Amino acid sequence: MESIKYDLAKTPLREVNQFLHSDASLLNGKHIEIQNPNGAHNIAVGLKSEAKVLVHGHAGYYAAGMNQIADVTIEGSVGAGVAENMMSGRVHVKGFASNAAGATAQGGLLVIDGDAGLRCAISLKGADIVVGGSVGSFSAFMAQAGNLVVLGDAGEGLGDSIYEARLFVRGKVKSLGADCEVKTMGPEERKILVDLLSRSGHSDVSPESFTLYGSARTLYHFNVAKSGAY
Amino acid sequence: MADTPNKIPQTEPHQSWTFDKLTNSQIRRAAATGIYDIRGGGAKRKVPHFDDLLFLGASVSRYPLEGYREKCGTDVVLGTRFAKKPIHLKTPVTIAGMSFGALSAPAKEALGRGAGAVGTSTTTGDGGMTPEERGQSKILVYQYLPSRYGMNPDDLRKADAIEVVIGQGAKPGGGGMLLGQKISARVAKMRCLPEGIDQRSSCRHPDWTGPDDLEIKIAEIREITDWEKPIYVKIGATRPYFDVALAVKAGADVVVLDGMQGGTAATQEVFIEHVGIPILAAIRPAVQALQDLGMHRKVQLIVSGGIRNGADVAKAMALGADAVAIGTAALIAMGDNDPALEAEYNKLGTTAGAYDDWHEGRDPAGITTQDPELMKRFDPIKGGQRLANYLTVMTMEAQVIARACGKSHLHNLEPEDLVALTIEASAMAKVPLAGTNWIPGMDKF
Repeated sequence: MESIKYDLAKTPLREVNQFLHSDASLLNGKHIEIQNPNGAHNIAVGLKSEAKVLVHGHAGYYAAGMNQIADVTIEGSVGAGVAENMMSGRVHVKGFASNAAGATAQGGLLVIDGDAGLRCAISLKGADIVVGGSVGSFSAFMAQAGNLVVLGDAGEGLGDSIYEARLFVRGKVKSLGADCEVKTMGPEERKILVDLLSRSGHSDVSPESFTLYGSARTLYHFNVAKSGAY
Repeated sequence: MADTPNKIPQTEPHQSWTFDKLTNSQIRRAAATGIYDIRGGGAKRKVPHFDDLLFLGASVSRYPLEGYREKCGTDVVLGTRFAKKPIHLKTPVTIAGMSFGALSAPAKEALGRGAGAVGTSTTTGDGGMTPEERGQSKILVYQYLPSRYGMNPDDLRKADAIEVVIGQGAKPGGGGMLLGQKISARVAKMRCLPEGIDQRSSCRHPDWTGPDDLEIKIAEIREITDWEKPIYVKIGATRPYFDVALAVKAGADVVVLDGMQGGTAATQEVFIEHVGIPILAAIRPAVQALQDLGMHRKVQLIVSGGIRNGADVAKAMALGADAVAIGTAALIAMGDNDPALEAEYNKLGTTAGAYDDWHEGRDPAGITTQDPELMKRFDPIKGGQRLANYLTVMTMEAQVIARACGKSHLHNLEPEDLVALTIEASAMAKVPLAGTNWIPGMDKF
């Protein structure tokens, strides 16, 4: 299929994003390529159609922020807040991601082939995130729902104050945050993990090599005896 | 001389000013429970406020406007800096952000009805936008909060303006907690949480830190909404000069400045009473920041925290605000803390006017609750009408004062129309002490 090409060295981002917000009937099934992103912030934010967007290079903050339905691939690395508050669709980062990747995302799939920085999946609200490398400290802080799969290691304070999100980590976890504990992976969780590994290009990785972490639910009701944990 | 032991003069029992009855009851409460007190509302302590200011009506040196015949405009346009679609309000009195969750759905509906009837805006809160609220609000400001509970880009696009909340006057620097009693099935679903748990709200945004990041965040929201919507930045009053300057630098169309009297749904009493500054002390530094940047009236300033009547509105605007916001006053107008419910307040261990355990969800007025039975007591149509009446009165009162000062629009009120009754208010509002030409801290005025 012939793709529509934009060159950010020549065309303002505003014009590109405005086109990407065109009526879904114009964009559904279309392939859009963005050349020379050069780390620009807010590339392909607020999409809401079945478009496929390919970014040739590195993107800055909030790449594909608040994505709905669309399929966005960034061939390079991204700044903070990639796919933040994503509702649905798919965002794929082939490089590394900075802080707060997938923050508050409610739906869809975020795939990061490299490492992700601090606070990956912070306040996650239902989306799925698969990180091929490691994640930084304080990842999944207050994560409410959804799944975070980490093929590498996790930094300090993983899952601090976590609610009902599931955290699958294959490598080492430097430390767990308050109210986060190791869980037994049952058939339901294993099925979720296998599906996510398959959809993110890691179907050759054994689900048995992962440990599941989740909420101990001791902070669900404010308790003065636990005040040191807050 | 005979002994007259019964006639020795006795001193009156002397209660300590430091250890007064309220303080002692707080100590006993803390000792008995081992946990701090949480409540709703804003600072209850007496602080310098608009009551400490007076207007200088026109006389020989100034020319008044005829009360019932000469026009005095009240309209305001917000978001003229960058937004393609600024919002036009008929009155500068807006409704502050209050969440569905903290308030019942019928109460939110009434806020929309009342605001809509007089041509002003209402604001969502933590937890997102409900269809009832959008449906009943002609002009709706969508709050973008640290927790991002219920944050949905479709709602962002449905809003008439977007308010990035950094903080609020009752608890600048604090997050929040909505107790399980108010996390009903519907509230829980909107916030992606298990029903009935105590919900914690973050104090910081999850995906940005600092003013440089905020600039990129605002740009993202503008891009997503195609630069149509005005973007507000709401701050709790602490260091207003610097915070307003940074909000402007970050690209705000409108700055919302909330003083310590501004209400919250639930926070620690110690936080409410001891963090932040009164709105009276915050307005002039905020306006100074806008003036120093050449942005006064270009970036609009909305102030809130203890606005109660048209005099407060006029005083805030004379000090340089473009509009005001009310929260607590709107709830009272709709029936919160009504003495007619005194017997029920007594059952809750309090009295009308003092009820502030809004977080417990047992509000007999049916406003700050998610209890289906209590909610039925509140009629959103009547509540909306009461709010509309109140907003109309406030606007007319402000006009009365503006005309007396010779002003054909509320925006023409100026600090020179004001004097202060106390040295504290004079220093904070930077208007002279009444009957003098003295402003503490200023060489001349």
